[in-house]
Amino acid sequence: MKVITANRLLNGDVVWLAEGGAWVERITLASTFDGKDAVAEGLAEGAEAEKNQQVVGVYEMDVTVEDGVIVPVRLREKIRAKGPTTHPQFGKQAQAVSA
Amino acid sequence: MYRYDEFDASFVNQRTEQFKDQVRRRLAGELSEDEFKPLRLMNGLYLQLHAYMLRVAIPYGTLNGRQMRKLAHIARTYDKGYGHFTTRQNIQFNWPKLEDTPKILEELAEVEMHAIQTSGNCIRNVTADHFAGAAADEIADPRPYAEILRQWSSLHPEFSFLPRKFKIAITGAPNDRAAVQVHDIGLQLTRNENGEIGFEVFVGGGLGRTPMIGRKVRDFLPEEDLLAYSEAILRVYNRYGRRDNKYKARIKILVHETGLDELKADIEAEFEKIRYGVLRLPDEEVRRIEAYFAPPPLEVGAATSGAVEARKASDAAFAQFVAHNLNPHRVPGYTSVTLSMKPIGGIPGDASDHQMDVIADLAEKFGHDELRISHEQNVILPHVKLDDLPALFDRLVAAEIAEGNAGLITDIIACPGMDYCALATARSIPVAQRISERFGTAERQAEIGELKIKISGCINACGHHHVGHIGILGLEKKGEEFYQVTLGGSANENASIGEIIGRGFSSEEVVDAIEKLVDTYLGLRVGKEETFLEAYRRIGEVPFKEALYGAA
Ligand code: HEM
Ligand code: SF4
Repeated sequence: MKVITANRLLNGDVVWLAEGGAWVERITLASTFDGKDAVAEGLAEGAEAEKNQQVVGVYEMDVTVEDGVIVPVRLREKIRAKGPTTHPQFGKQAQAVSA
Repeated sequence: MYRYDEFDASFVNQRTEQFKDQVRRRLAGELSEDEFKPLRLMNGLYLQLHAYMLRVAIPYGTLNGRQMRKLAHIARTYDKGYGHFTTRQNIQFNWPKLEDTPKILEELAEVEMHAIQTSGNCIRNVTADHFAGAAADEIADPRPYAEILRQWSSLHPEFSFLPRKFKIAITGAPNDRAAVQVHDIGLQLTRNENGEIGFEVFVGGGLGRTPMIGRKVRDFLPEEDLLAYSEAILRVYNRYGRRDNKYKARIKILVHETGLDELKADIEAEFEKIRYGVLRLPDEEVRRIEAYFAPPPLEVGAATSGAVEARKASDAAFAQFVAHNLNPHRVPGYTSVTLSMKPIGGIPGDASDHQMDVIADLAEKFGHDELRISHEQNVILPHVKLDDLPALFDRLVAAEIAEGNAGLITDIIACPGMDYCALATARSIPVAQRISERFGTAERQAEIGELKIKISGCINACGHHHVGHIGILGLEKKGEEFYQVTLGGSANENASIGEIIGRGFSSEEVVDAIEKLVDTYLGLRVGKEETFLEAYRRIGEVPFKEALYGAA
């Protein structure tokens, strides 16, 4: 299972593609894609958003769903989804509590 | 110190204006990312894991209080309140917004700073000994030459599109603190039998996936030939350096594949063509640049200070600081002070905006307004009066930058690793933090003595792991972080590349493994004077291997 990710052009924020072409800042809100065709469609949507100056560096990444929550497979993407492990006060993990 | 001339100032302003326009066009959709990326990289702006990252140049690691205060201001205003000093004597900001970067560059230009040549396949920021102009063992200040090289290489039309990045380092002292032998060109200042200044020249050093120690191509290059000879090296590299494979594109590969003798002959032939041309350095010009680096007026004082001795007797932390964080100054009564950016358990090289402000104040109050960034990710006050040390130390304690660990096991170099870097295969900072905690007591560090641990989060080796006495390279194995350990590396005048000791370690195991290595050394050294590296070179790897993996 995959999600589509990128960085927001304007501020560099890590974002994931969600329903209706929105780019969300929480991986838990992302759309998941199963199978080659679905992923290709997601990437095409990403390419379009890249053309429209919304995001940069679109790619797909592996996830699993644990207890109904989307979780990245690779450590790199886990860190990207949360923020630096050395700075719990920065990045998405800092906002997580209030969300 | 060096002041911008009018050319520099208008050039930097022009570049800032251009970049502002490029950002505008990018946001308006007039430039695609493919078009924009090389432009932003030329201005030091990368895209990393969580955000953009801006790398600001600190030429030869020298800056003043006003400039440091500006860095603090940028950290506070446009970032998250901190910056990271790097092994190339630069500073990186980890969270700038694209829309803010033109403004940041404008602010930097106000204090004669910029982010040019911090990225891309050009000649990068020239690095130098961080004790330049102050060290007792120095032959001459290397920074005027670094500045001459900077002016020559900035925007050199022939050298903006090299096969790969190109790094030059220079040291003015026989004790090499600038790691010159692991740079594409390494320059070691020296004198010939007539007392004239010149350079020993090394070519083809480098780290990354194919680490190599530079090979000496000249025992004595006269001062006036510095630029012509450097240009000859660059031309040969530009002509023959491989462009077909990014991993084989550095000059070290050319040295390796062509052979030293042939390459040397090529360089000399090219040099002969241009040595009497426009690049010949007139003596007046060198002296003119040198004048910018004229040392502050320092009155000769007593070689020891009563105030320091008295405080040492009553304050163990101060005594530890004095024992490790001072470097002998050429003027009696003065010393160069290392402010450790390696608090126990902290993040190597990180400084908060508040700390940067304090450092700026201290430079002005105690250090003739001079600061240096070392490639070991620390900050230096090069000219401090011995008598001022107790007062300085009190201020450092208050700002939490008083750790007396320079050169010790907790003075670790670590790259950003997977906590920030998009290329990483593993984290490096948390490993550095855990090692620092394990060995962090004053007694234990002092007992172990000089030991350089260097950690990189991938094979690119930004953390210099190949030249660590103990090097740690973070890799990924079956989805887990995994650390390979090398022993016996060194980046000084007796440079060597560390050797892989055996199979790597998981994140849980790696700190214990380091402890076993350290304990093995402590058990085998002939005395406290024998450092880890000396002991390793004397005994070889066998006992260390046995300690880690058991007898074969
Ligand atoms: C986070 C963004 C960074 C990226 C994307 C990056 C990328 C790279 C790459 C690709 C190389 C290998 C170059 C080659 O072999 O041709 C390299 C080398 C190097 N980097 Fe970085 N780096 C980053 C940060 C840093 C930092 C923070 C430091 C200092 C702490 C640093 C210092 C170095 C040094 C000293 C080398 C050199 C070794 C050599 O190739 O001779 N880099 N970097
Ligand atoms: S060594 Fe690798 S992980 Fe570390 S900063 Fe360089 S590129 Fe990133």
